[in-house]
Amino acid sequence: MKSRRQFIKISSLSAAGLIFGGGLLDSLASSILKENQSYFKGPFDFTRTPTYCEVCFWKCAGWVYKDENGRIKKIIGNDDDPNCNGRFCPRGTGGVGMHYDEDRLKTPLIRTEERGKQTFREASWDEALEYIASKMKEIKEEHGPECTALFSHGSGGKYFGKVIKGFGSRNIAAPSYAQCRGPREVAFIATYGSGVNSPENTDIRDTKCLVLIGAHIGENMHNGQVQEMSDAIDKGATIITVDPRFSTAASKSKFWLPIKPATDIALLLSWMHVIISEELYDKKYVEKYTYGFDQLKAHVKNFTPEWAYGITTIKPDQIRETARTMAHAAPAVLVHPGRHVTWYGDDTQRLRAVAILNALLGSWGRRGGFYNPDKASVPHYHLPPYPKPEKTWRDAMGGKYILADLALASGVCDASIPTPDLDCSIRGWIVNGTNLINTLPDQKKTIDAIQKLDLLAVVDTMPMEITGYADVVLPECVYLERYDSLRISQGREPSIALRMPAVDPLYNSKPAYWIARELAKKLDLLEYFPFETIEEELDWELKQVGSSLEEMQKIGVKRLEREVDDLYFADGEDIEFDTNTGKIELYSTVLEEEGFDPIPVYTPHPEPSEGFYRLIYGRAPMHTFSRTANNPNLTDLMSENSVWVNPKVAKEWDLKNDQYIYLENQDGVVSDFPIKVRVTERIRWDSVYMVHGFGHADKRLKRCFGKGVSDTQMITNVMIDPIMGGTGMRGNFVTFRFDNKKTEV
Amino acid sequence: MREEIIVSGRNNPLIDPLLHVWHWEIPVYLFLGGLAAGLMFFAALYTIRNRENNYKVAVQIAPMFASIALILGLGALFLDLHHKLYFWRLYTTIRLASPMSWGAWILMIVTPISFIWSALHIKSIFPNWDWKFEVIEELLEFFTKYKKVLAWIMLISSAILGIYTGILLSAFNARPLWNTSIMGPLFLASGLSAGTAMVIWISKNHDERKRFAQLDLMIIGIELFLIIHMFMGFLASTQVQIDAANLFLGGEYTASFWIFVVILGMIVPAILEGLELKGYKIPIVIPAILVLFGSVMLRIIISYAGQASRWLY
Amino acid sequence: MAIDTKKCVGCSDCVVACQTENNVPIGYCRDWVVEVMDGTYPQLEIELRSERCNHCENSPCVRCCPTGASHYADGGIVLVTKNECIGCSACIASCPYDARYVHPDGYVDKCTFCLHRVKKGMQPACVAVCPTKCMYFGDLNDPRSDVSKILKKRKHKTLIPEAGTKPQLYFLI
Ligand SMILES: Nc1nc2c(c(=O)[nH]1)N[C@H]1C(S)=C(S)[C@@H](COP(=O)(O)OP(=O)(O)OC[C@H]3O[C@@H](n4cnc5c(=O)[nH]c(N)nc54)[C@H](O)[C@@H]3O)O[C@H]1N2
Ligand SMILES: Nc1nc2c(c(=O)[nH]1)N[C@H]1C(S)=C(S)[C@@H](COP(=O)(O)OP(=O)(O)OC[C@H]3O[C@@H](n4cnc5c(=O)[nH]c(N)nc54)[C@H](O)[C@@H]3O)O[C@H]1N2
Ligand code: SF4
Ligand code: SF4
Ligand code: SF4
Ligand code: SF4
Ligand code: SF4
Ligand SMILES: [Mo]
Repeated sequence: MKSRRQFIKISSLSAAGLIFGGGLLDSLASSILKENQSYFKGPFDFTRTPTYCEVCFWKCAGWVYKDENGRIKKIIGNDDDPNCNGRFCPRGTGGVGMHYDEDRLKTPLIRTEERGKQTFREASWDEALEYIASKMKEIKEEHGPECTALFSHGSGGKYFGKVIKGFGSRNIAAPSYAQCRGPREVAFIATYGSGVNSPENTDIRDTKCLVLIGAHIGENMHNGQVQEMSDAIDKGATIITVDPRFSTAASKSKFWLPIKPATDIALLLSWMHVIISEELYDKKYVEKYTYGFDQLKAHVKNFTPEWAYGITTIKPDQIRETARTMAHAAPAVLVHPGRHVTWYGDDTQRLRAVAILNALLGSWGRRGGFYNPDKASVPHYHLPPYPKPEKTWRDAMGGKYILADLALASGVCDASIPTPDLDCSIRGWIVNGTNLINTLPDQKKTIDAIQKLDLLAVVDTMPMEITGYADVVLPECVYLERYDSLRISQGREPSIALRMPAVDPLYNSKPAYWIARELAKKLDLLEYFPFETIEEELDWELKQVGSSLEEMQKIGVKRLEREVDDLYFADGEDIEFDTNTGKIELYSTVLEEEGFDPIPVYTPHPEPSEGFYRLIYGRAPMHTFSRTANNPNLTDLMSENSVWVNPKVAKEWDLKNDQYIYLENQDGVVSDFPIKVRVTERIRWDSVYMVHGFGHADKRLKRCFGKGVSDTQMITNVMIDPIMGGTGMRGNFVTFRFDNKKTEV
Repeated sequence: MREEIIVSGRNNPLIDPLLHVWHWEIPVYLFLGGLAAGLMFFAALYTIRNRENNYKVAVQIAPMFASIALILGLGALFLDLHHKLYFWRLYTTIRLASPMSWGAWILMIVTPISFIWSALHIKSIFPNWDWKFEVIEELLEFFTKYKKVLAWIMLISSAILGIYTGILLSAFNARPLWNTSIMGPLFLASGLSAGTAMVIWISKNHDERKRFAQLDLMIIGIELFLIIHMFMGFLASTQVQIDAANLFLGGEYTASFWIFVVILGMIVPAILEGLELKGYKIPIVIPAILVLFGSVMLRIIISYAGQASRWLY
Repeated sequence: MAIDTKKCVGCSDCVVACQTENNVPIGYCRDWVVEVMDGTYPQLEIELRSERCNHCENSPCVRCCPTGASHYADGGIVLVTKNECIGCSACIASCPYDARYVHPDGYVDKCTFCLHRVKKGMQPACVAVCPTKCMYFGDLNDPRSDVSKILKKRKHKTLIPEAGTKPQLYFLI
């Protein structure tokens, strides 16, 4: 170091001031130059306000920092927050772009032409809300209040929920169930009597062996999971990844099993076969806690690795070796249940297999497996009871899917299409924070349902596709500009977090609480909104748990003590599981009662025909579905998706890297936009891969319009899970096209 | 298969996907510097060798073009700067390790010399020129007295300027194509060649033309030798330098380099000059202009291709 | 600085965090993430590297800067003084890593190792945000610093050592 400094001194024979008076000219020049206020000022220690992130549903708590001009500058994780430990993910860090996006919805809009044509006129809040209220009253009169529904994904849902429940309907659905983690919850409830929930009670941090079956942590950027996977790597955990694609997680794994898509159940059964036949399972645990081991043992007797090889293309010795690796690490082994699990329609059964495998390894309730989560209980202000609706969306399902523990967004959508044998279908939707057009598979059906409605009101921050179909569009201000309900999430220790506005709402946008309450006013439902402002409600709630709004504004996150020290099962502890038998049900009595296979069975799925490839999709770490597609900071990182093609396939089709092509699916649907080819060894030759959330078709989204292909557009074959109604979306096959002219039939 | 991508989508303008920080300004600046160096070098040389009267144009008139070239060159350099208001910062420090700094300072020395030289000879073009001020006349008298000394200074500084135009590029280790010690001599030679071409073009004197045509032929020969040598050096070197050479041997810049620089800029004018020397009637502007053109192209192409060459990692 | 290519997931959080911390305009960046995949299906390997200025100990950018705007600051950090930079781009051409860019305001900008934060005892923004905690920052001359310790323990490399720049960014492999 020293030698270098000397070198510098010698080499820079500084002749400052030799010719000109340096300082003088310097100040002259900088005064001439238009000085940009924010550049290069020491950017730290600005006033900060607490928030929790709304860019995905991990809900990390953090701080919003402003610059000296009071503009939002950056968002940094809150060190005390168990969900993020002071570190946001790229989407959360780039959340500032949500605020600055100049394409945001700016004022209430009322449609002037046919649905789907983005022709609107600007309206006042009063007019827009009046429109919605009067339509709702009409629906109530003609069809009954239960003919309305709320779709919601995000914080404001709580308040719109009060409106719709007070109005007399229980049709409240989120796409995070039937399009996401529903099968997992149902499978785990059937097995352990309790679901996995969010954030998952997976003890990745302490695991010795992490098994990822299509769960691509690292691209799936759910913060806590990513952080803990990294901790596990540090501690030398073995990772086993089952994925037809060499995911980022696969690249961190000791074993990558490039499974043929749609055959995971065969692999899982075969693993069970090895573990049982080699007596590698946790005998004490299985004996004490489980029900139906003998039936399971008999069931998997013939599912040898050789059998599974023929189905999955995974070599028998690899199956054996990985099974032994898991057993060796048990009980600190975690066969991760994944999160977006609606793949092939037999998803509940696949997740049952995952749950059973974990039980054999004794990982549920054990360190390095699944811990027992705790959640803060914050009392709510006592409200009058909601009216009981006469019907719900379930009545339209003909008695199916009764095991679904939450409403199906797709089910509510189906229930909105009138059928002869249904006296009432749903006539009015309020959609808050979910872009159903790009979220529900089978776009045509979604649009059909929408066209049958009497009212579609959309609350959003961006002019996403769904707003193009709305009768009324209500611009919500972004999460950085508002209060919302407290974040109360489960975890190793319970915690609560506050979101408060860092700045005033931009444009004529409003927070959900205000919008919902104003709507409630017009519907004579103010009794459900006893507090005039959300601050009062939050303060009341916080005072019940010994805090206050004022305190939370200063600390952002409050960690609470666990009431009992029961993070893991104690040795030999007696546990009563919330199932029919009170045991972990390897053999499911509930499924048997409902007429489904009590133990998972492998059934083959259709395969792509000649020239077609299975379309699989997933996440990119820098985007959340479609909600970030127009975010200036995040599009800077990734502005379009690409279609991953194996080099062999590329050669056959003569595809080059970065070439733009169109896709066509098995039903003849051709993508609206072209997509870039990425030729890569990282994908099997029978599949292609793309990131979900691109290919936006609304021109008002200037940054992302027409960038890439929407996987949703290609998903027209939906494989419904008979047990809980999940929408399997990976049974679609695409081929390549060099133009997008419609084929004549 | 190996796949290397920037996943965060790096997109700094002028850097990604291709380095493109220097456009026409820097090569033109280098060409004009080289040209000026060439002109001044010969003027100085023949003054020292007392041939002033034989080569009047070269000694008395051509350096005036050098002054113009230097001013235009500085203009081009200025245009290249992105932070123009801080231009003066170049002259608050001398940084021996920085060729750019060198260049700035060399120009600071060469430009006044070229002005003085031009001033000394202005009366040979405009006999009625009147400086109006006594001081200037006196100063010029002083310089006339020490003209030889001035010529020596000019000789040396113009040679440094010429070499500098090549060193500016060859100092960039990061660009394998530029990073060869041949770049200095090559650009010097190219500058000298441009200088001779200029003299050939403007001179009316047959002897002078002949002399300079001979010179030019020799210099072109040296240039060709240097170019061959450069490629041999590259090909015998590391992969990155082989890749750099391949830009000209089958790669993107092959046609433009061999056609514009080597054939049109060197071989054709050399043949024409040769024929002229043999007594064929050739309109002399043609080879002269070709040489000048080749000299510009050499710099433009080397500058662009150099930015396209990079280390692999 | 040391970066663990085995833990990095290529999420690019370090890039956004730098952008918001240092007012790097949209469309520009001081750091970026490279993914190198090698092999033939199914024998594949990936190296993920968060790259930025290497703060070379023998840095061509400092050497070639005509005004002294590019200089070594405390601890060998390579910096550009905005008001001394004339925007000649020589340093950009001289950097084998393409770590610099011309800021829209005219001067040349690059990673500062977040000196303003480091001076206050904080970690650089990219290091502090990284969800995988795969970056280590500290004083290489201090054997007790995190960086020194991890470098002692793990195999590592620098980028293009052949270029002779003595880069100070180490990649754990
Ligand atoms: N093809 C396909 N479909 C899928 C998936 C897939 O991978 N592929 N994934 C499925 C899964 S796992 C899930 S969880 C769902 C997710 O489905 P969605 O939650 O519907 O996802 P997004 O498409 O991001 O829609 C979010 C909408 O919320 C808006 N928004 C963002 N912030 C706010 C806010 O603060 N307030 C309000 N009011 N609106 C806001 C956005 O502008 C956007 O319109 O999608 C499912 N559907
Ligand atoms: N960055 C980012 N992170 C997110 C989100 C986001 O939008 N962006 N969304 C969050 C949400 S709501 C969810 S639900 C989760 C979803 O995240 P996960 O549950 O982890 O992922 P999936 O989308 O189900 O799975 C995608 C992976 O499954 C693989 N795959 C495809 N078909 C098969 C198959 O047949 N078998 C096997 N074994 N693998 C297969 C794909 O190659 C891909 O790697 O991500 C969450 N995290
Ligand atoms: S994981 Fe990322 S996007 Fe999701 S809440 Fe946390 S910081 Fe926000
Ligand atoms: S933030 Fe960390 S994990 Fe993400 S790309 Fe940067 S270095 Fe890698
Ligand atoms: S990486 Fe480039 S900019 Fe940074 S010190 Fe080295 S040469 Fe200079
Ligand atoms: S652009 Fe600025 S920092 Fe770079 S070499 Fe020129 S003056 Fe120095
Ligand atoms: S150290 Fe600071 S300036 Fe450098 S890349 Fe990281 S965040 Fe950006
Ligand atoms: Mo999801």
